[in-house]
Amino acid sequence: MSEAPKVTRQVARGFSAFGGERAAQLLPQARLSGPMPWVIAIMITLTVIAAAGGLALSNLASGARAELSGGATVQILQALPQERDRQAAAAEAVLADMPEVSGLRRVPDEELDALLEPWLGTGVDADAVPIPALIDVRLRGEASEAELAGLRSALADVAPDARVDAQSSWLRPVFSAISSLQWLAIALVVLLALTSAAAVWLAARSQLGGNRETIEIIHLLGGSDSQIARIFQRSIAFDAALGGAVGLALGLAAILLLGQQFSGLESGMIDGGGLQLVDWLLIAAIPLAGVVIAMLTARFTVLAALRKML
Amino acid sequence: MTDQQGDIITFDNVGLRYGTGKEVLSDVSFTLYPGSFYFLTGASGAGKTSLLKLLYLAQRPSRGMIRMFGTDVITLPRNRLPGFRRRLGVVFQDFRLVPHLSAFDNVALPLRVSGVRESELQKPVADMLDWVGLSHRAEAKPATLSGGEQQRVAIARAVIGRPDMLVADEPTGNVDPEMALKLLRLFEALNRLGTTVVVATHDVHLLKKVPESLIMRLDKGRLSDPTGALRFPPRRPPRRDDAL
Repeated sequence: MSEAPKVTRQVARGFSAFGGERAAQLLPQARLSGPMPWVIAIMITLTVIAAAGGLALSNLASGARAELSGGATVQILQALPQERDRQAAAAEAVLADMPEVSGLRRVPDEELDALLEPWLGTGVDADAVPIPALIDVRLRGEASEAELAGLRSALADVAPDARVDAQSSWLRPVFSAISSLQWLAIALVVLLALTSAAAVWLAARSQLGGNRETIEIIHLLGGSDSQIARIFQRSIAFDAALGGAVGLALGLAAILLLGQQFSGLESGMIDGGGLQLVDWLLIAAIPLAGVVIAMLTARFTVLAALRKML
Repeated sequence: MTDQQGDIITFDNVGLRYGTGKEVLSDVSFTLYPGSFYFLTGASGAGKTSLLKLLYLAQRPSRGMIRMFGTDVITLPRNRLPGFRRRLGVVFQDFRLVPHLSAFDNVALPLRVSGVRESELQKPVADMLDWVGLSHRAEAKPATLSGGEQQRVAIARAVIGRPDMLVADEPTGNVDPEMALKLLRLFEALNRLGTTVVVATHDVHLLKKVPESLIMRLDKGRLSDPTGALRFPPRRPPRRDDAL
């Protein structure tokens, strides 16, 4: 055997961080052939759909609230058509002069007939089924109880059969249901994040078990806990990024498909449930959050396991 | 016991037991002199591998004190141990090569762990592989190497970082006598560069090959040291006669 090669102490005591591709090679790379990216892909798909649903519901509720918050409906509940018309006209005149009213519109009889047609059919005898006159009122502020009381007081003399209601009150049960669905979506997103973390925890433990020999070797060669944790972090981050990209693509496809289905309903209320730019950005951030959760989970799992070694 | 300046390692009344079993090492005391060559001998089950585990910091003792490079490593926080392990080279009895890394990458591993730049490690690793006669097998995975070749990769990995102390557990157990002698010469070459070498073996013929070496004999977990030369080495470089 020839003379021993000279390895200087400077070479043997470097300061370059042990990481990157070289460090990642210490773990066998399964990539898409392993279960991890697919588990994360499914989690991200479900999270994207749940988040998109929650955001759409939020937009729908806030849009409807904004539209209805300043709206009030004046109904003239009078059976006699002439008297009903007279009170309606008088109410219109009074309301038009009120400073807090920004706009008003009497709903034409043809429109009322069209609204009631699905229930009453066509050619309804107005005397047999008296239909109240409706005035759609837009207030400058919110249709609070005080504002409504002011309207009632102003109309009491000229239209004694008038009934004044805030438009939002009709949809209170709907808003309540939407709010429940929003909370459900948030809970789903949180549960899916926890499930993803649990899946990563299991995967990291499995990887630790499968690579115990390699870890012990690195450990005995002087590898620190952080160095070893970084190797796992990188491996799992790569899996999470792959899974996240696949999951985002599947989730977006599902959202677009559902969006097309709902837009086909041509309902004014559902139209308000579209997603804004900021919503799309939030949805796009879900895989990134997934990668961060996966990396942190892997790091803490590996560090906890390493602490049991000397 | 007085800790001498520059001592590589000092054991003082060290005992080791696994779980609640009886002690596998009892009252082990010695000081390794820098730049010396030691053979650790004893029958199977005498405690050689356990003592080596303590030497390469894979195990803490149940009792006693161990100082390494002037520092008490028993009370040392575990996050400071990697720095000490990087000053050691270990040849495991079963080689413990990373199976999916090439011979080159296995030898480069200690340097990469120590933070040596890729540009700085290519030549030393290539030289080391050449030195152990494996430059033509640099890209081979351990599974495709013979037992002797794996042994040499393991030895190259242990010595690549110019460790202050080399610990080898039966390093010639899997090779033919000719290769055993070559490996021993390799350890001697490293020893001449200043590395303290501890080789565990039960091959008595091997001891005769390095006449200037010292012998640490373990018997049922106790270190034989009739003259006290292992526990209190002379200030001059010790000789085999001191320990016998």
